[in-house]
Amino acid sequence: MAKQEQEVRIGFYVCHCGTNIAAMVDCPEVAQFVGTLPGVVLSKDYKYMCSDPGQELIQQDIREHRLNRVVVASCSPLLHEPTFRSATEKGGLNQFYFHMVNIREHDSWVHTDRAEATSKAKALAQAAVHRVAHHKPLETKRVSINPTTLVVGAGIAGIHAAMTIANSGKKVILVEREPTIGGHMAKFDKTFPTLDCAACILTPKMSDVGSHENIQVLSYSEVTKVDGFVGNYTVTVKRKPRYIDEEACIGCQDCIPACVFKQPKFADEFNEGLGKRRPVYIPFPQATPQIVAIDPNTCLNFKKGEDGGRVVSDKCKKTCVEACGDKNAIDFTQVERIEEYEVGSVIVATGFQTFDARRAPAYGYGRFPNVYTSLEIERLVNASGPTGGHVVMRDGKSEPRSVGIIHCVGSRDKKTNVWCSRVCCMYSMKLAHLLKEHTGAEIYNFYIDVRTPGKGYEEFYNKLLDEGVHFIRGRVGEVTDWAMTPDEEGKLVIRVEDTLAGYVRRIPVDMVVLATGLEPQQDAQDVRRMFNMSCGSEGFFLERHPKLAPVNTFNDGIYIAGACQGPKDIPDTVAQAGAAAAEVLALIDKGFVEQEPNTAFILEDECSGCKSCIPLCPYTAILFDEGKGRAYINEALCKGCGTCVGSCPSGSIVQNLFDDEEIFSEIEGVLAYE
Amino acid sequence: MKYGYFPGCSLKGTGRAYEESLLPVMQHLGIEMRELDDWSCCGATAYMAVDEGKACALAARNLAIAEQEGHAQLMAPCSACYLVLNKTQHYMAEYGAMKRLVDKALGSVNLRVTRPTPVRHPLDVLLNDVGLEAVKQKVTHPLKGLKVAPYYGCQIVRPYSTFDDQADPQTMDRLLESLGATVVDWPLKTKCCGGSLTGTLPKAGLRLAYILLKEARKRGADVIATVCPLCQFNLDGYHDKIAARWEPVRIPTVYFSQLMGLAFGLPAGRLGLQRGFVPMKPLAAVTAA
Amino acid sequence: MSKEWKPRLVAFFCNWCTYTAADLAGVSRLKYAPNVRVIRLMCSGRIDPQFILEALTKGADGVLIGGCHPNDCHYVEGNYKMLRRFQLLKRMLGDMGIEPERVRLEWISAAEGEKVRRVVNEMTEQIANLGPLGMPGRFAEWDREVESLAAQIEAREGGGCGCGSSGAETAEKEVAHV
Repeated sequence: MAKQEQEVRIGFYVCHCGTNIAAMVDCPEVAQFVGTLPGVVLSKDYKYMCSDPGQELIQQDIREHRLNRVVVASCSPLLHEPTFRSATEKGGLNQFYFHMVNIREHDSWVHTDRAEATSKAKALAQAAVHRVAHHKPLETKRVSINPTTLVVGAGIAGIHAAMTIANSGKKVILVEREPTIGGHMAKFDKTFPTLDCAACILTPKMSDVGSHENIQVLSYSEVTKVDGFVGNYTVTVKRKPRYIDEEACIGCQDCIPACVFKQPKFADEFNEGLGKRRPVYIPFPQATPQIVAIDPNTCLNFKKGEDGGRVVSDKCKKTCVEACGDKNAIDFTQVERIEEYEVGSVIVATGFQTFDARRAPAYGYGRFPNVYTSLEIERLVNASGPTGGHVVMRDGKSEPRSVGIIHCVGSRDKKTNVWCSRVCCMYSMKLAHLLKEHTGAEIYNFYIDVRTPGKGYEEFYNKLLDEGVHFIRGRVGEVTDWAMTPDEEGKLVIRVEDTLAGYVRRIPVDMVVLATGLEPQQDAQDVRRMFNMSCGSEGFFLERHPKLAPVNTFNDGIYIAGACQGPKDIPDTVAQAGAAAAEVLALIDKGFVEQEPNTAFILEDECSGCKSCIPLCPYTAILFDEGKGRAYINEALCKGCGTCVGSCPSGSIVQNLFDDEEIFSEIEGVLAYE
Repeated sequence: MKYGYFPGCSLKGTGRAYEESLLPVMQHLGIEMRELDDWSCCGATAYMAVDEGKACALAARNLAIAEQEGHAQLMAPCSACYLVLNKTQHYMAEYGAMKRLVDKALGSVNLRVTRPTPVRHPLDVLLNDVGLEAVKQKVTHPLKGLKVAPYYGCQIVRPYSTFDDQADPQTMDRLLESLGATVVDWPLKTKCCGGSLTGTLPKAGLRLAYILLKEARKRGADVIATVCPLCQFNLDGYHDKIAARWEPVRIPTVYFSQLMGLAFGLPAGRLGLQRGFVPMKPLAAVTAA
Repeated sequence: MSKEWKPRLVAFFCNWCTYTAADLAGVSRLKYAPNVRVIRLMCSGRIDPQFILEALTKGADGVLIGGCHPNDCHYVEGNYKMLRRFQLLKRMLGDMGIEPERVRLEWISAAEGEKVRRVVNEMTEQIANLGPLGMPGRFAEWDREVESLAAQIEAREGGGCGCGSSGAETAEKEVAHV
């Protein structure tokens, strides 16, 4: 009972948070009530506790009134607990003599009856007052930070973050699951609103990344496992076999034309299937690394194995190997490799996928050949695309004379995705401009609202209007080949209610472009689990706080950047990647993190040596001392979940910050007030 | 497989060919359909527009009877009945006021709805309960060479899409394929047949029917297959008027169940085929052509 | 409890999923019943069945436990460990005559603010229908019974008998222990 040595002197503060709390909770009444509780020396209400004067108030009171416990009733501890702990410490107390009560997120914001909300606030405050009396002084533990950073995903977000960190002299491991880095942006022709060429911006950055002494690029690889904690993660990476010795390949690409397939025959993923490639290929001329890959699913030297996978058949003449000559870079015996890396922090920049247009069958994608997705058009207008920038329809020769661009496909729709994908209005207008420039066609944009919230975006919209691109306001009902008049014969008819003109229109066009929205990656849930992050209800990774910690996750040392966090355009993505890099650098430069001291320990005298706790610990932090016949906890491995504490039959395990005394007094306190 | 059967007014009147073909076809597949005792109007069309509460109460009366008779599921072949029964369940689950109103109305005749009895469409039952394999096994006279335009109408996919896609429904397409027919791909599967406008505003209603018939002929269909008594009536019953106003677009419109009967080798005379205004050519003639 | 009775629920939420979800409900300004009072723990695995019993004993009418969905536990599998204890506890509560609806376990992820709202409202309504659990009152009643029993024994045996008084003492001790 060491804690009873000194008299408990609690200072209690209730925050108005402007009117956020005060509008629903009678703060002076809460303060007055708490002031009557035993052990409470002073009890105050104040407009903004988190402000400088608010924090100063705590510090001053600690000194003047010899407080030895502090309780603040305000917002969520996930938001401002660090703020008030630090104020407590500055006042000369151990920071863990502080406890926080959440009367905003859990009270004033979710209730409508002021009397009820006020009494709930009192109950929660009383619980904290009871609890804090049992608090003990604790020391945080410093853990050093491994200065190497893992960046997952090498689109523009991952590339920018990796470059920023590497330029400061820190090592980066950049993992990309495709054979080349570059992500979606590498597929784009021009970028809005400036219409500068995407490749001119991106490809120099890609080659810089590829040759940077501080960046190790692991292309065609995937992270499969993450162990450890902030500062010291062990990451397992699966290196998929590309059947090319990356060290030996010099990127001459002589093997490609030498392939036994005289003509490219297989759908080319990089060109959205609009072009063809051979089994041995490089995704695009500026691919980084400049190393070819062999696709075992189409290469004749492979066959179907017993488990359904591909195995070497050795049936091919292997003209590619001949062409490679004494460089000897082609290696059909390559198998998947598993590698481990030690890193201190992680930036997850895994990007997005586009909405599958087949999920909106009314628009005919997959049924009518001349209905395209926006990504297909990006490749079609691209000078290095499958047609060399010549916009022709699926027949390979005719140019469209009229094009309809349908906005919000798979966005703002209760049947598919409810969110706005943010980039479609702008890229639709960009494609409208490019299609008009390439073909002179009449272009119709069908929109619900035109959303142009960005620098120079509204001006771009005005430019398009001046260029004579048509904008029809209405959600398209369907795309059909049902012709009612001779001029509609052979065309795709877009049926739409023009909500400005006030009637239903039929617009016949040659080509339809679906502005597909942005969605979380297919495997976002797996990635979330692997990195111990959270997802929002729509499936994008959840930031710790939208304003205060927009690139942090709930897991320390794991940051997010780019469209994996939510749809965003390139400028925003790059800005966010820079922010994530800055967070990582701040962490590395500090050199250590203070770990929450919520670890558990075993009271040796009370442990009966039953060992039932040992298998419960997922981190194997509990060990058994055979000599003493007692269990003990390796504090360095303990993550502070408290599972062993909750199941110890003799009650001999204690969790700091959450010990039985503290929790029981909180339970009792929460129920003491009516 | 057992289902309660709610025929509704059409299947006993203008759409009796639907019942005449559906019952033997279902029986042939081993499905037992027991007609509800003392069923009433489903509450469809005008009633729903004039007074939703009374319409729902009417529909719920039938649901209560189905429950009372112990049916686990209720089959409603008419599109209007299918929609109104589903809508009533939806309203009762969603809107407390509607549930109270319906409960009160039913209470006055000592009836109660205590659980939602699933209301099923024959297409749903055929594809998802019976399965196309079982259907195929019963086909003795495949409809080879018969080009059919499947026409779903509006009500079985809108506003609820319980078993098929709203924009591009596929269940009848798959069913007709399993009978050996050639399915004509056409874009008007769920467009309006004219509905009750053929009676009240013929200028508008007949035009809609005309558009459908014209497109089906243009796409080379021999016959239009439908699931709805009102659609069948609108597409079959006004050919003279349509010819007078625009052009002749003669093409027969039958129920999918009639085509199933033919494919199963059931006697043609007992499938109600004689009731159509535009007769369907005997199959042999089609196949020979 | 002078005023009209209202259910009182104590909730134990894990820091990573359910507590965050409750924060999200707040940020989204979802409105729910004010009857729940949340105690934050790092993991649902920390929840000792005694916490639940203590809450009921001290006057809660129901206890809600919120943890991460299966496979999503921040500490790998603390939620499974909680689930095991919870199943055992449920059986025990049944034997004690406490309705199973009074103790509820829900997996609520950080994204499911809406679920917090729904579960709290549902549970508040359920408990309101069940009525007060009233454990503190029952304990007081049992105390009085034991006391009167002890008094009777004392009166009958003249107070001098060791066995009588020791019996009463044991009973008192048990009461105190609870």
